[in-house]
Amino acid sequence: MNLAEALPIALLGAVLGLDVVSFPQAMVSRPIVAATLAGAFIGHPPAGLLIGVVLELIALDTLPFGASRYPEWGSAGVVGGALFAAQPPGMPGALPASLLAALLTASISGWSMVVLRRTIATRLERTRDFIEAGSRDALLGLHLSGMTMDLLRGALVTTLGMIVFSPLVRAIVAIWGSESAPSRAVVVVIAAIVAGGALWKVFHSVRGVLWFFLGGLVVSTLLLAVS
Amino acid sequence: MTAASSQSLLPLRVKVAMYCRLLAMQGSWNYETLNGTGIGFAIEPALRYLPGGIDGPAYRAALARESRYFNAHPYLAGVAVGALTRAELDGVDPARIERFRTALAGPLGSVGDRLVWASWLPFCSLVALCVYGGGGSPLGVVGTFLLLYNVGHFLLRAWGLRIGLSRGLNVASALGAPFLRQGPQYIGSAAALVAGLALPLALQRVVGPGRVLAGGIIVAALLGVLLLARLRERAQGWRIALGVLAVFVLYSVLT
Repeated sequence: MNLAEALPIALLGAVLGLDVVSFPQAMVSRPIVAATLAGAFIGHPPAGLLIGVVLELIALDTLPFGASRYPEWGSAGVVGGALFAAQPPGMPGALPASLLAALLTASISGWSMVVLRRTIATRLERTRDFIEAGSRDALLGLHLSGMTMDLLRGALVTTLGMIVFSPLVRAIVAIWGSESAPSRAVVVVIAAIVAGGALWKVFHSVRGVLWFFLGGLVVSTLLLAVS
Repeated sequence: MTAASSQSLLPLRVKVAMYCRLLAMQGSWNYETLNGTGIGFAIEPALRYLPGGIDGPAYRAALARESRYFNAHPYLAGVAVGALTRAELDGVDPARIERFRTALAGPLGSVGDRLVWASWLPFCSLVALCVYGGGGSPLGVVGTFLLLYNVGHFLLRAWGLRIGLSRGLNVASALGAPFLRQGPQYIGSAAALVAGLALPLALQRVVGPGRVLAGGIIVAALLGVLLLARLRERAQGWRIALGVLAVFVLYSVLT
C-alpha cells in the first residue's frame, strides 16, 4: 500500500477514532460502520461489511462504560475493513487474518486512548492555575488540543496498523493451509460465542429474556428453513 | 438576570452553541477531572451573560467552578449543563451549586450507562445485524444503524439540555422519567427478541452462500456461550477471541 492509498484510510481512521469519545459519539466508529466505510474506500463495500459484522458481534462484548478501559473499534474497524477488502475474493485465510489484525489494532488503539487521557491530565496539571482563575483561553486551549491529539491518535494508529498488518496479512493469505469452509467456521464460532456471552452478560437480568430470545430464534430458524 | 427570566432570555443561538459543544464535551476527558472541563466547555457560551461579561469576576468564578471534577454519561450531561447554567445565571449560592454538582454526577452516570451503553447501543447493533442477515446492502445496514441509533442519541441530548434549562436545580425529579426508569427493561426485551432473530441470520450470511450452519458450529457456539455466561465478569470475550484466533492463524500458517 503506497502513500496515496494509505492517506484516505488514515484520514478515515482519524475521523472515526475521534468519534469514539471526543466528537460527536454518533457511533460512526462502530465496526459495522467503520469497516464498511473502509471497504468502500478500497472499492469493495460488501467485503468491508462482512468483516464489520464479525467485528460488531465481538464488539458487543465491550461497552464503553465511563472510565473503564476498552478496545477502540473505530480505527480497528477501518484497518480490518481495508485489509479484508484489499484481498482477492475467495481467499480462505483473508477473513481470519484480517480479523486478527483488526483485533490487535483495537487492543493497541485502546491503549493509545489511555495514553491520550494521561497526556491531557498532564496538560491540565500545567494549566490548572489558569483554569482555576477562570481563564477561557486556558480551558478552550486544553479542550481543543485534546480533540486535536485524539484526531492525530486515530490517524497514527490507523497508519501504523496498515503499514504493519498489510504485508503481514498478504503473506498469511498466501501461505494459508486450512480449507475455506473450516476457516469461515472458526470465525463464525468465535463471533457467535463472544456475541452470545456478551448479550447474556448485558441482558440476563431483563424479565423473560430467554423467552424473547427463543421467540426470535424460532422465527429465524423458520426463515432459514424456507430459504 | 432574574430567576424567572434566566432561561427564557438565553438567545436560541446560545442554546444551539451549547448543544453543539455538548457533542464535543468529552474532548478533554482525562483521569483527573473526567467530564469536568467538558462541562465548563459546554456551559461557557451561556456564562458570557453573567454581569460583566467574559472579563467580569462572576464569569471567571463560574467558569472555574464548572470546570472542576464531574462525571456523567455524555448523552445526559446536558441535564447538568442546563441546570448548572440556570443556577449560575440565577446567582445561586456557589456552595449550593457545588453540592448540586456532587449529588447529580452519580445518577447521570448510572442512568445513562444503563439506558444507552447497555440497552440502546446493543439493540441498534442487533437491528443492523438483522438487516444484514436479511440480505441488506452495505448502505442499508449502515444507514439503518446510524439513523436508528442517532435518532435516540440526538433527541436524548436535546431533552437533557432542555429539561436542565427549564428546571434548574429541581431537575432531579426528571431523572425519574418513565423512559429513563423503564426504558432499559423494554429495550432489553426487544433486544433479546431481535438477537434471536439476528444472530442465526447474520451468521448464516457470514458462512456464505451454498453452505449451512452445520451442527458442529451450532453446538460449539452454544457450549462456548454457556462457558462465557458462567464466567460472567471474570472473562473478556474479545480477549479470548483474540487468543483463539491467533492460535488458529498460527496453526493454518504452519500446517
